[in-house]
Amino acid sequence: MVTRRRFVEGMGAGLLLSASGRPLFGATSAAAELIGPSFDLIVDTLPVSLTGAARTAVAVNGQIPAPTLRMRQGDEVTIRVTNKLREQTSIHWHGLIIPADMDGVPGLSFGGIAPGTTFTYRYRVNQSGTYWYHSHSRFQEQVGLYGALVVERRGGERYQADREHVLLLSDWTDHDPEHIYATLKRQSDYYNFGKRTAANFVDDVRARGFPDTLAERRMWSAMRMDATDLADVSGYEYTYLMNGTNPAGNWTGMFKPGERVRLRIINGSSMSFFDVRVPGLKLTVVATDGQDIEPVTVDEFRIGTAEVYDVIVEPGDAAYTIFAQSMDRTGYARGTLAPRAGMTAEVPALDERAILGMNDMGMSHAGMDHGKMEPIRHAPAESGPIVDMRASMLMVGLDDPGIGLRDNGRRVLTYSDLATLGGPIDARDAAREIELHLTGHMERYIWSFNGQKFSDATPLKFTHGERLRISLVNDTMMTHPIHLHGMWSELVDARGAFLARKHTVIVQPGQRLSYLVTADALGRWAYHCHLLYHMEAGMFREVLVS
Amino acid sequence: MKRQPSFIAALACASLARAQGQSQTEHVPPDPPQTHVHDMSYREMVEMMGMDDRRRFGKVMFDRLEWQDADDGSRYAWDARAWYGGDYHKVWLEAEGDRTENATQESRLEAGWERIISAWWSVRAGLRRDAGEGPARDWAGVGFTGLAPGFIDTRAILYLGDDGRSALRMTFEGDLLFTQRLVLQPKLELDGFGKDDPEKQIGSGLSSLEFGLRLRYEWRREFAPYLGLSWTGHFGETADLREAAGDDSDELTWLAGVRAWF
Repeated sequence: MVTRRRFVEGMGAGLLLSASGRPLFGATSAAAELIGPSFDLIVDTLPVSLTGAARTAVAVNGQIPAPTLRMRQGDEVTIRVTNKLREQTSIHWHGLIIPADMDGVPGLSFGGIAPGTTFTYRYRVNQSGTYWYHSHSRFQEQVGLYGALVVERRGGERYQADREHVLLLSDWTDHDPEHIYATLKRQSDYYNFGKRTAANFVDDVRARGFPDTLAERRMWSAMRMDATDLADVSGYEYTYLMNGTNPAGNWTGMFKPGERVRLRIINGSSMSFFDVRVPGLKLTVVATDGQDIEPVTVDEFRIGTAEVYDVIVEPGDAAYTIFAQSMDRTGYARGTLAPRAGMTAEVPALDERAILGMNDMGMSHAGMDHGKMEPIRHAPAESGPIVDMRASMLMVGLDDPGIGLRDNGRRVLTYSDLATLGGPIDARDAAREIELHLTGHMERYIWSFNGQKFSDATPLKFTHGERLRISLVNDTMMTHPIHLHGMWSELVDARGAFLARKHTVIVQPGQRLSYLVTADALGRWAYHCHLLYHMEAGMFREVLVS
Repeated sequence: MKRQPSFIAALACASLARAQGQSQTEHVPPDPPQTHVHDMSYREMVEMMGMDDRRRFGKVMFDRLEWQDADDGSRYAWDARAWYGGDYHKVWLEAEGDRTENATQESRLEAGWERIISAWWSVRAGLRRDAGEGPARDWAGVGFTGLAPGFIDTRAILYLGDDGRSALRMTFEGDLLFTQRLVLQPKLELDGFGKDDPEKQIGSGLSSLEFGLRLRYEWRREFAPYLGLSWTGHFGETADLREAAGDDSDELTWLAGVRAWF
């Protein structure tokens, strides 16, 4: 404990403005820790300068990220959240299995926390692992209301480390998120500066010949889709942060050579997927979404918005760059692991931006054998005007690392590598299946499940106690992180064998995947895409367990 | 290969626990909620959730604010569009026209409503007033707008006016990227009329075709200066009427302008 805590001491939040109003640059920050079982959190605005421009964020206890909350498994915790904003706030404990009225979703769990009031969350923490918390009110998560939550396992960690660091990744904008949302509605490709140009066409003709290039372009053109649409909001708008520090600020985590260091990596961004690696070090992944897995050693992994991975590294006597490039390769969050202060390592160049292929679009390549494919059933509403495409072939497996990570020469984690210890929480097979399609219209910037926006849909009904299978089919060209509140999503492979227990499951374009859910949590729950603007645009359902 | 035996002790521990059948899931179902949110309307819930997928947005776009090097001197042209609404329904306003030093030559002001009907198309209905040279003409129009394959922004509207007049107007425009910010916009506009309207120098049939190429530099997405050229041709009776009045039946002009939106 002492060793682990040492690194936290004396490290304030480097993004705060100093008393003179000038930003404090270069300070290595880590969110202060608060240790339970009793917590006091104050939500208020905070002047910050994360890019050099003075802006107003929403912070907890004057910090971005919010303080890391450290709890002990089995404790009954009390968290008093005081709202000093002029608008409603809320805090959702992402990944914690707690009663519905403690889950923190205004309108479903409770009435929100009104300005000037204090709401007391009280619940028993039965699980252990790395989680996080964030606002579930409008765009407050985008402007700073997110923090790590670490539950220490009773009896000690299963995978021992000598030291640990929380790495909370996020995306910061100097603009009002309301403006970003409105901009996406006005011109949905506004932030994409990685489109294919006439010069790319000429290059492709040289490489693949004119007929193939033309045929490929015509296919995309006929679908009215863009093969470069990997992120709705890019590094053009965002500055990617690691523990609230921009890449130049270089957040640094210290270690002693020979130590085993646990990194608790949380994607607390609003709209960004990160591909994370530490050049020079193998990453031994020991947990995902707070749940211990059989260790698997990789060079790199993709972390979807709201996902969590714990990795253990064994650094030598050198500095190492922690490199988290955005999926669309428009920027990166960066930090350093160093044995001594001030050391840095080379920052790798961004990888080349990937181009979506027909497989990613759930479309077949010419000449492929269609005979073995089961037909895909689309809901009637998917034929409506708010859905721009429907997959006809689902070829992307769980062993696919995802767009931009295929065949990159590195060992990249895939979902098929995950094996959560202890197996599923419920040995029963699913008694029924709910198939949900992830749908949308990129050009109109409308997102939905089964072609129905939240406002047009009725709640999904689960019967208390049932074990059911949810199958997600991605009918869009984007990768979506889908988060079910209140109940675990127990990912299974194509044959139905258990892989991993997760709270947020990313579904790649052109992919169908399934997870089992035990509906043992009475109440009303949120179920949504964790890309914040997708959620706001309608990719949200209420789940009612009764 | 994929499981690296770096943590032998830990693995052994975990495996032992599994072998003993010890539950490692740590899963305890949550207690039922003690308090419930009261039943409320969608509006109320949206207010409380801060989620609003029915929110209305608006956009004002000056697609063309330009100077043209016309045969008869400088000409100033505009083409502005605005919309406001939700995902399904929008109201819209369009203003297009041009003027020389002393007079507005052509002006079209149009407003109406549109609704999405399929993934790529909307129907629209509106009222239009043509001003400029000659008497004003009023129209009621219906048609569709949308995105044709190839990302071609398409409009086709059929109009009915006074005295049995009818008109068809179709526009097509697209974007061709040279770089991420240097964009060529080809634009084609076709106008046709059901019967002669000599006072407006219009003959029945396809009366005019305008083809423009505008090369813009998106300094920001919202603000792009451009250079271009535009060719306008008049046909049939329209061309004859223009020639009789001493105007050319076709014209090629250089132009420069800005495209801006908010």
